Amino acid sequence: MTAAGTRTQDQDLHTVSARGITKAFPGVVANDGVDFDADRGEVHALLGENGSGKTTLCKILTGLYRPDAGQVLVGGNPVSFRSPADAYEAGIFMVHQHFSLVSSMTVAENVVLGWHREKRRVFNRRQVEEEVARAAERFDMHVDPRAVVSRLSVGERQRVEILKAFYRGARTLILDEPTSVLTPQEAEQLFVSLRRMASEGESVVFISHKLDEVSALCDRVTVLRQGHVSGSADLRTTSVDARGLARMMVGRDIAFSRRSRSEPVGESEPALELREVSAVDADGTPALREVTLSVRPGEILGVAGVAGNGQVALGEVIAGLRDRTGGDITLRGEPLAPGNPRAASDRGLAYVPEDRIGTGLSPGLTVADNCVLKSYRQRQLGRGPFLVKARILARTQRLLEAFNVKGTADSLVRQLSGGNAQKVLLAREISSEPQVLVVATPTRGLDVSAMESIRSLLLEAAARGAAILMISEDLAEILDLADRIAVISRGRIQGVLDADGADAEQVGILMMGGSLEDAGAVAP
Amino acid sequence: MRWLPEIHFERRLKPPRWLGPATPPIAVIVALAIGALVLWASGRDPVDIYQRMVRAAFTNPGAFSNTLVSATPILLTGLAAAITFRMKVWNIGADGQLMIGGVLAAAAGTFFAGQSLPVVMALMLLAGIVGGALWAAIAAVLRAYLNTNEVLTTLMLNYIAPLILFYLVFSSTSYWRDLSSQHAKVFPLAKTLAEEHFWPEYGTTVVVPFGFILGAVLAVVLLFLVRSTRFGFQMRVSADSPAAGRYAGIRTGRLLVVVMLLSGAVAGIAGASQIGDFSHRLEPRNLQFAVYGYTGIAVAALVRYHPVGVVISAVLVGALSNAGFNLQGLDLPLGLIGVNQGIILLLVAASEVSTRYRLVIGRRGRDETRAPPDGESGSTAVVDGIGNERPSRGADS
Ligand SMILES: Nc1ncnc2c1ncn2[C@@H]1O[C@H](COP(=O)(O)OP(=O)(O)OP(=O)(O)O)[C@@H](O)[C@H]1O
Ligand SMILES: [Mg+2]
Repeated sequence: MTAAGTRTQDQDLHTVSARGITKAFPGVVANDGVDFDADRGEVHALLGENGSGKTTLCKILTGLYRPDAGQVLVGGNPVSFRSPADAYEAGIFMVHQHFSLVSSMTVAENVVLGWHREKRRVFNRRQVEEEVARAAERFDMHVDPRAVVSRLSVGERQRVEILKAFYRGARTLILDEPTSVLTPQEAEQLFVSLRRMASEGESVVFISHKLDEVSALCDRVTVLRQGHVSGSADLRTTSVDARGLARMMVGRDIAFSRRSRSEPVGESEPALELREVSAVDADGTPALREVTLSVRPGEILGVAGVAGNGQVALGEVIAGLRDRTGGDITLRGEPLAPGNPRAASDRGLAYVPEDRIGTGLSPGLTVADNCVLKSYRQRQLGRGPFLVKARILARTQRLLEAFNVKGTADSLVRQLSGGNAQKVLLAREISSEPQVLVVATPTRGLDVSAMESIRSLLLEAAARGAAILMISEDLAEILDLADRIAVISRGRIQGVLDADGADAEQVGILMMGGSLEDAGAVAP
Repeated sequence: MRWLPEIHFERRLKPPRWLGPATPPIAVIVALAIGALVLWASGRDPVDIYQRMVRAAFTNPGAFSNTLVSATPILLTGLAAAITFRMKVWNIGADGQLMIGGVLAAAAGTFFAGQSLPVVMALMLLAGIVGGALWAAIAAVLRAYLNTNEVLTTLMLNYIAPLILFYLVFSSTSYWRDLSSQHAKVFPLAKTLAEEHFWPEYGTTVVVPFGFILGAVLAVVLLFLVRSTRFGFQMRVSADSPAAGRYAGIRTGRLLVVVMLLSGAVAGIAGASQIGDFSHRLEPRNLQFAVYGYTGIAVAALVRYHPVGVVISAVLVGALSNAGFNLQGLDLPLGLIGVNQGIILLLVAASEVSTRYRLVIGRRGRDETRAPPDGESGSTAVVDGIGNERPSRGADS
């Protein structure tokens, strides 16, 4: 190890480095001798399959975990972080996928919360607001320092997190799958800001499964595989496209399956039908306005829209988790009573909610418990009032293998990597062989190969005769998989297009609130 | 300050499995050591006092029996607390539920005077269950359907229950009041259970009250209920994530009511046991001052709401109060005993922190961090070391 006094220029280049980082969790080595450098002025992508150890490495770099072996260096000096606060002091800051903002406070208050520099014991609101505004301007991140966080969109909240980092003097910013919650426009904005940071000499570590965005944005990539570094590339000198990155990650080419529209959906009765369904948010504002939709067996209806336009309410209303203020829902020919999730699922409805951890999954329970979250009432899982552990474990094992989940039946869902938790949820819902499947952002957080296997599973389910309502912000995915596309904007269905003739531009016009005539499309 | 080692709390990622069960006993030992210091500082001989405490709580003739007597009501109220607290529903109303259970049990015991002991016992238990559950139902329904804070409602109901008892026994000529003699008319008293209907005790050297045995059996039943039944599964899901519970089709409101009723029923059994095992008649003042309900919460908290653990902690707390009662006297003021009891309870309760954090002394900065592993051997050693650990089991411990 180099002592502090004999720094070379090379080490000056790195804001933060990892040397031989090893971290094991019970039953899995999450990081296995990882070397990693974040350099000044670069956006450095960290790639890898689900569970390959990306998040773990970043948590070690920011003091959330302690490595079992290995050394973290800041500017060439060995450091040993005990907590994220130690890492802040060294200028390293991580934006997690779940933000840690206090939603009843303003942006400026959140930025200074729990943080005081010397001589700054008193909160000088005006001054902080000005400083936050200045930082926002510096990185082209538009956000009002006086706004209350609960009013902000997900993208804006993310900007607050980033501002918080820079306000606290971050030199290295680590972003764990930041774009998975953003609209394409918001992601574009984020990239502009990140490039700006890099050009000012800060360094950015960027985790993503969206490879085209990585190849467009990043200067260097490091690929993790089962905990160790399996490859790296300098994108400034060699150009690697998304396919090349995928090959680096999984060692083979991934071709996404698409809907082959050879067998047209018959004129059968819709399996799921919504007639003028309306619903409100918790604060009483309308979330859905007279939504009329129908999905026939064997069909995939994609619901496209900018996040926050009623997609969450749509899924919840169908699943019986939210009361409707008007309209009717028919499930397989019979009316569906509102507010009864069990009745809906008993009648063959499966639902993958947008909120995985906390709604779709119970994070503090084991993977096994979560695999039977809905089916625990089935006779074959128990004896009388008792649940038989062996049978639950057998079913769990089957699901874990079938969906290639990295994790054991008795680990807590909270301990799974983001993508693996998502796989558990999809495994449970898809394997219940539903007649109607409502699925929100199915491939969010999945690596390329998992993404592909989920896509083909959805297509298989449709081929089997399931009616699938796919709510997604990923337009490309909808265009690839759906038979018809319904576009939702401000809680209203702007129009329904046949996927065959639709292109991204048309859908985009509808998403922005335009009408079918504006889009120049023919309604099916 | 350089000579001071740096001390930190560090979060444990995964507490070793043995740590959870081992902490309370370790905490008791540490507490006894601290208590010894206190005794020594006050000029007493800690060894002598501890010997006397052990004798007074366990080894003297009849001492352990008395400990069990003290443990019985708090064992039952402890179970009542454990059931709901596990589900993150804060029923602190065991006190009131116990009293109302006692009211109905006392009525049942005196009303069916002609019946045999088993029949009377069964009726008293049933009455106690109904009384406790009814009293809990008020708060349960308010919480489930009007989203009223159950801490407040159960607390308020704890104030109302003794007033009902006082009214029934002291301020009215209700069924409960003994009006059979002139004396009883002047000094109000509740009707007494017929002697052949006193609940049985078991054992010769150590006498175990029926209520204690009932509590121990209940503890095992409740453990199975939570761990192995579908109902328990629902409880665990709702406790961990109410939103996931609703998503899974669990009727969370109904579940909450059922759990509250169950808790109230167990507290009601404590009330029935008070009448059948010990006082044999409704004693409003004693019940009010005993605060069994609140002590039960402490008993349950000591063992993190583990039903079988409640049996052990009820005996511990029972022993402490029994020893304190016997020891207080000329050379040992009640306050000093209280300090020792307090230290024990405080340390056991606080020791939970040690399952989640570990204390790190020194080892800060770059001086003592471990060097990176030299090649493969370093990393494999880590795998082997951790491989022995087992993943934890989540909420059902
Ligand atoms: N706190 C923990 N306890 C136990 N195991 C853990 C914990 N955190 C992570 N793991 C395990 O370590 C491995 C690596 O997880 P990590 O979250 O780093 O993956 P990742 O590369 O971020 O994956 P993803 O793309 O799915 O987010 C996984 O197998 C995961 O189950
Ligand atoms: Mg991750």
